[in-house]
Amino acid sequence: MNRDILLCGVGGQGTVLASKLIAAAAMSSGYTVHSAETIGMAQRGGSVTSHVRIGDRAYSPLIPEGNADVILAFEPAEAVRNLTLLKKNGVVIVNRVPVKPVTESLQDTGYDGSRMIEYLQSKCAGLVVVDAEKICGELGSSRYFNVAILGVAVGRGQIGLSAEAVLREIEAKVPEKYRQMNQKAFYLGKRIGDTYAAQ
Amino acid sequence: MGKEYVMGNAAIALGALAAGVNVATGYPGTPSSEIIEALEKYAFGKLRYGKGESKSFHLEWSVNEKAALEVAAGAAYAGARTLVTMKQVGLNVASDPLMSLAYVGVKGGMVVVVADDPGPISSQTEQDTRIFAYYSRLPVFDPSSPEEAYVMIQDAFDYSEKYNTPVLFRPTTRICHAYAPIAVEEDLKPKEYEGFVKDSKRWVIFPKLSFMNHEMIEKRNPLIGEDFSSYSGNTVTGEGKKAIFTSGISYAYVREYTKDREDVRVCRIATPYPFPETFALKCLKGVEEALCVEELSPFLESELQRLAGVHHLKVRILGKMTGNGRLAGENTADGTASLVQEFLGEENSKENVDSRDMPRLPVRPPVLCAGCPHRASFYAVKKACAGRKAYFCGDIGCYTLGNAMPLDMADTCLCMGAGITMAQGLHWTDEEAVSFAFVGDSTFFASGLTGVANAIYNEADIILCVLDNSTTAMTGHQPHPGTGRNMMGHIVEKIDIAKVLEGLGVQRIMTVNPLDLNEAVAAVQECMTLPGVKAMIFKSPCIAVSKTESRMRIFEQCIGCKKCIREIGCPAIIVREDRVTIDEGMCTGCGLCAQVCPVGAIGGDADE
Ligand code: SF4
Ligand code: SF4
Repeated sequence: MNRDILLCGVGGQGTVLASKLIAAAAMSSGYTVHSAETIGMAQRGGSVTSHVRIGDRAYSPLIPEGNADVILAFEPAEAVRNLTLLKKNGVVIVNRVPVKPVTESLQDTGYDGSRMIEYLQSKCAGLVVVDAEKICGELGSSRYFNVAILGVAVGRGQIGLSAEAVLREIEAKVPEKYRQMNQKAFYLGKRIGDTYAAQ
Repeated sequence: MGKEYVMGNAAIALGALAAGVNVATGYPGTPSSEIIEALEKYAFGKLRYGKGESKSFHLEWSVNEKAALEVAAGAAYAGARTLVTMKQVGLNVASDPLMSLAYVGVKGGMVVVVADDPGPISSQTEQDTRIFAYYSRLPVFDPSSPEEAYVMIQDAFDYSEKYNTPVLFRPTTRICHAYAPIAVEEDLKPKEYEGFVKDSKRWVIFPKLSFMNHEMIEKRNPLIGEDFSSYSGNTVTGEGKKAIFTSGISYAYVREYTKDREDVRVCRIATPYPFPETFALKCLKGVEEALCVEELSPFLESELQRLAGVHHLKVRILGKMTGNGRLAGENTADGTASLVQEFLGEENSKENVDSRDMPRLPVRPPVLCAGCPHRASFYAVKKACAGRKAYFCGDIGCYTLGNAMPLDMADTCLCMGAGITMAQGLHWTDEEAVSFAFVGDSTFFASGLTGVANAIYNEADIILCVLDNSTTAMTGHQPHPGTGRNMMGHIVEKIDIAKVLEGLGVQRIMTVNPLDLNEAVAAVQECMTLPGVKAMIFKSPCIAVSKTESRMRIFEQCIGCKKCIREIGCPAIIVREDRVTIDEGMCTGCGLCAQVCPVGAIGGDADE
């Protein structure tokens, strides 16, 4: 199997854990995997991406344009920013809830993410819009969204990995006290993904 | 231990352990910092490396790159295998000992890992360590992937010992920070070595020794180049009248495009210096055109041009110098694909989203974290200087971000420690203005002390502001001499910055909490009335390390003047539905905004 998965969002949203879980699940499923993160100078609030490349024909650490099978976007503008990486007929799973740039208060541009969602709709047939506020409302915290969106992707059948393989890594990698909530988040996301897969 | 999924830097660390490294030193710098951290993790954790062995393992964050290299040189004279790590600009700091060491040589294998940063992504320069290798006459290895780095660093140790010379090893950011599975061996042991044998003819550098060794090195290097011609890292695949020469991460990009095609000749140079001429000549056989795909300097291109000239080859060499490649910045898989396509005369078959009608995207520039004490320190100085002419010399670290609006508190930034000395230079051009130098605690120890001595000796008037957050924050929170912990896991005496300054002869030293705005402003104002070298130590821990539970809120009294936003620019203060509010998830409760608000509308739970 060869599969390129891009995760993108804003620093602090938890893209790194999600990419680690995918990479570990791919490895334990017997695949070769490579990944890379671009973090840059910003610790918080900057654009971040994680590139996960499953299969033994990936040479570049970063996914080339037009190669990503799926983009997991934790923020609408970040999905647009990375859209050129998407394969023809690739799938984008995007969070509807925008993160305003930290400089927005100084210079209001009125960014609210809706233009981004419209643009994504016009560009990609396989778009799945999820609502982090709703999902996290059910979970009682925004910190589990990363695992929930991963659940959506697995349910949608886009990662090429089984739910069991990912759950095994949640078991192994997530500290005890957050484990149960992460499992819950994963199932919640997976249910959403399942409905899209069925369509 | 089986396969570990690790970062390229950890692969380098694991390779060094597999090579039996005895002493490892370094100074933090993106993208190299995780090598020393991974050594700590694996050597003292899982692998129990060196436990119970007669020759054990020493690991340290040195105070700067020069110190790191010299510590390692001492150990290498004794026959120990040594690893030194730094980023590319760190090599400028370490270049004094390294240039001399190149003449003297080593007994134990010494590998100096210098991480280059094409882009540059988090550096001041786009210097190319391959050029430094040529300049210093030291062999250099150039890995193309984390897996290869793991193997190649072990080879580097062997070559170092074979030729009794330090060798350079230069990964780039994309390799340092890429993750790959690495098979980790068990039962790794530090190498046995003889110990230091006195021999002043060998270990004391004198002009005569330098002359003799210079001649020896110039005769030896072509032999190393010959040896490298059969090195397994130098590879050629495919056939054709057109050849692509490449190295490092660019090789990965070329492979990404050509995959396993047999109709394109791809020559990878893993040892750019001494150049493996015999290998390159073999690659060029029957070739009419050669394209060099490389980052930073046109190194391969120059070498091939030279080779073609010397051997009267009928081959056109293309690369940066002929407009076939970017002059600055990093290569990408896509950029490389375009170059190669053009070279081979192939069609662009890429199918991706047409993004020309993309809506304008929000920009997310790096800013100081919410609650960062540097923001408060800069603001205090800014307030104290209102109405006075002042120069603000910045330095390298998180606090470089103090240049962003609305703080706008870095007029200059050059290199590690330069703020302190540049402030003196500005002072000598304008004695009416107040010259400030901002320096972080780690940078102060790395290269600030000499600048302070210089100011005192030469009677400059400056105000030194040490932004002491008790860590090396920018590169991922490494300890340093002021933190009281070292990489051997030992608790050690903290070096007290105020005492150091006192010892150097600074007349007035004030330590303040920057989060107490009035106190801090008053202290800066007092310093501004005094002659000579004054120092302010703004002491407050990095907020990314010392997490807090407290939060601030904006109450009903808020008149919406936005002074809090305009003055300090904390990212946690946002405008939501036309009301100024504080993002609870981000706020750390530092309280700076509460001290700025003219109507006292900001407070914690207790102020309700
Ligand atoms: S207290 Fe004010 S300045 Fe400090 S982190 Fe919170 S919002 Fe920012
Ligand atoms: S400075 Fe005070 S009054 Fe002005 S916007 Fe901020 S909280 Fe409101």
